[in-house]
Amino acid sequence: MSEFLIVVTNILLFLTLYMQVLLLYTFFEKKNVFSNTGGNGESPLKRYPIVTIIVPVFNEEKTLGGTIESLLALDYPKDKLDILVVDDGSTDNTLTVANTFKTNPQVRVFTKENGGKHTAVNLGISYSRGEFIGCLDADSFVDKNALSRIIRCFEDEKVMAVTPAIKVHTPENILQQMQSVEYNMGVFLRKVYGSMNAIHVAPGPFSIFRKEVFEKLGGYVKAHNTEDMEFAMRMHKNHYPIANVYDSYVYTVTPKTVKGLYKQRLRWVYGFLANARDYREMIFNKKYGNLGMFTLPAAIVSIFAALFFTALAIGRFIAQIAKRFMEFQAVGFPTRFEWPHFDWFFVNTSETAVVVYALSLSTLFVIFVGKKLSDGNMKPQMNIVYFFLFYGILAPAWLFKAVYNVVFNKKTTWR
Amino acid sequence: MHTADWKKYFYVFLVTVAIFLTAFFVSDTLGNKKIQDIQTMQNRVSIDILSSETQFALLSESSCETVGDTSLSKDLDSLAAKLSYAEVSLNSNKEDVLWLKKNYSLLEIKDYVLMKKLSERCKVKPVYLLYFYSNANGSCPDCQKQGVVLTELRKKYPGLRVYSFDYDLDLAALKTLVSLYKIQPELPAIVIHQRAEYGWKSVEDMEKIMPELATLTGTTTETTKEK
Repeated sequence: MSEFLIVVTNILLFLTLYMQVLLLYTFFEKKNVFSNTGGNGESPLKRYPIVTIIVPVFNEEKTLGGTIESLLALDYPKDKLDILVVDDGSTDNTLTVANTFKTNPQVRVFTKENGGKHTAVNLGISYSRGEFIGCLDADSFVDKNALSRIIRCFEDEKVMAVTPAIKVHTPENILQQMQSVEYNMGVFLRKVYGSMNAIHVAPGPFSIFRKEVFEKLGGYVKAHNTEDMEFAMRMHKNHYPIANVYDSYVYTVTPKTVKGLYKQRLRWVYGFLANARDYREMIFNKKYGNLGMFTLPAAIVSIFAALFFTALAIGRFIAQIAKRFMEFQAVGFPTRFEWPHFDWFFVNTSETAVVVYALSLSTLFVIFVGKKLSDGNMKPQMNIVYFFLFYGILAPAWLFKAVYNVVFNKKTTWR
Repeated sequence: MHTADWKKYFYVFLVTVAIFLTAFFVSDTLGNKKIQDIQTMQNRVSIDILSSETQFALLSESSCETVGDTSLSKDLDSLAAKLSYAEVSLNSNKEDVLWLKKNYSLLEIKDYVLMKKLSERCKVKPVYLLYFYSNANGSCPDCQKQGVVLTELRKKYPGLRVYSFDYDLDLAALKTLVSLYKIQPELPAIVIHQRAEYGWKSVEDMEKIMPELATLTGTTTETTKEK
């Protein structure tokens, strides 16, 4: 490796390690916060304010029923729950499915011409009755305690929005199991970022806001198909804190195919970069605290570090292929089989490799802590193996395309 | 209100620097341990050669039958592989690796000289070759390929002795060997039957040049140090 590549590698490794250490440092620093269930266990709330949950839906006839049923099963007074289903011009039986729930007094159904998710949510906001307003994507399902745990967090009057812990709904194939590890890590990250007031996304599945947030900041606006990210950035710009409740569980359906996952992640990463560009004055701006000084720069550095290390790995892979080809040219296919034997001498013990081992260990730690937060146990499962085997191969594809799209100003599509 | 945890950023910076320094320390310690491993192996090989030399010295007082196995230590194959790996990967121990490489080359030359004397005295015909390569960037594009061929040849004919030398190594004994056989810097170069052959040679080419390979049935071991 050339001197220049070694220097860049070490700088990026240092930054990556710094980010990991900061996350773990914060985790241990706020350990007591992490050990409480929603802050105060399952005792009754001081009061039960009216909460409006908007379900924007477009062509989701298969999952919509389950989504509404999970809302109706929430452990929250029925008369304080206001469910608005907003059909965004679906072309399948979504509206018919939604109308079957109209018999429930909490459920209201609206339909409109297709205009994008944010227009559906904005319509819902305009009809909302609640003191708190949330959104639930029609491919997600809530745990019965999710809402009460989130509302408890609003007992702190400074908190303007609360995000939940998102888990994968019944992971079936290897791809979904891989994603379940990633989502568990997300639970850890969101909790840590929440304690730093540095959450940069209030995700579609069940983020809840004080109504005054919409009254003062307005509704959602079209923002690179990641309107929830834009809204969170706008909140931060106006210094509205976003908290997280790690045990308010929401389950979401994740892509089953590589193509579906690629499109979804491309939209997310592109949306993040495009929104970060729109709100670039927040980056490295101490006025925005940990968000400006850590979360946003860290997310950007992570993307470029991942692309750099992928390029290095591809370079090494090509070199290996070239070596094998040269060996084949020299002596043909191997004529005798030799059992591989382990000799520690040939283990890579360079400075870079040792730092990578340390990083891998800390990633493993984050995975297990995320699992503990999500599932209540640290039992190792095969999905961790799938994550280590496949995530590093798949993720660079959407990271590269997202950067390419931002640089060359190419739009992404929702589906 | 947003706040930045400057103190925490600073502490985390210190922790990260500490982890980085620890990684450097661990890497250096393990690198030194690897160097020690090679040294230990070289010491064993050195003792083997000394033993052979002593046997040779005793030849004047006894018959060739009593000399026994004059093969180099079995460590040499793995020593060569480890040296090659160390040369590429132990960047922080370059000086040590270079020293070990010189030591290794000297051991090879010593064995080569001993083997020649022994074959003259005992009228045996060992099958051997000298291989000169270069690791300098761009100076020998075919050296890696030639190394693969010689390794394959060693697997096929375990009795074949391959003495491999880095042409660019600054070692007086090696320079003497180079001038003795008038090796030109047109690498790879292989000395067979006291004559230098230049350019890449396949396994088949080597078998044609060295028909005596077919006679090899012994278990003598030697090494091929690839680039």
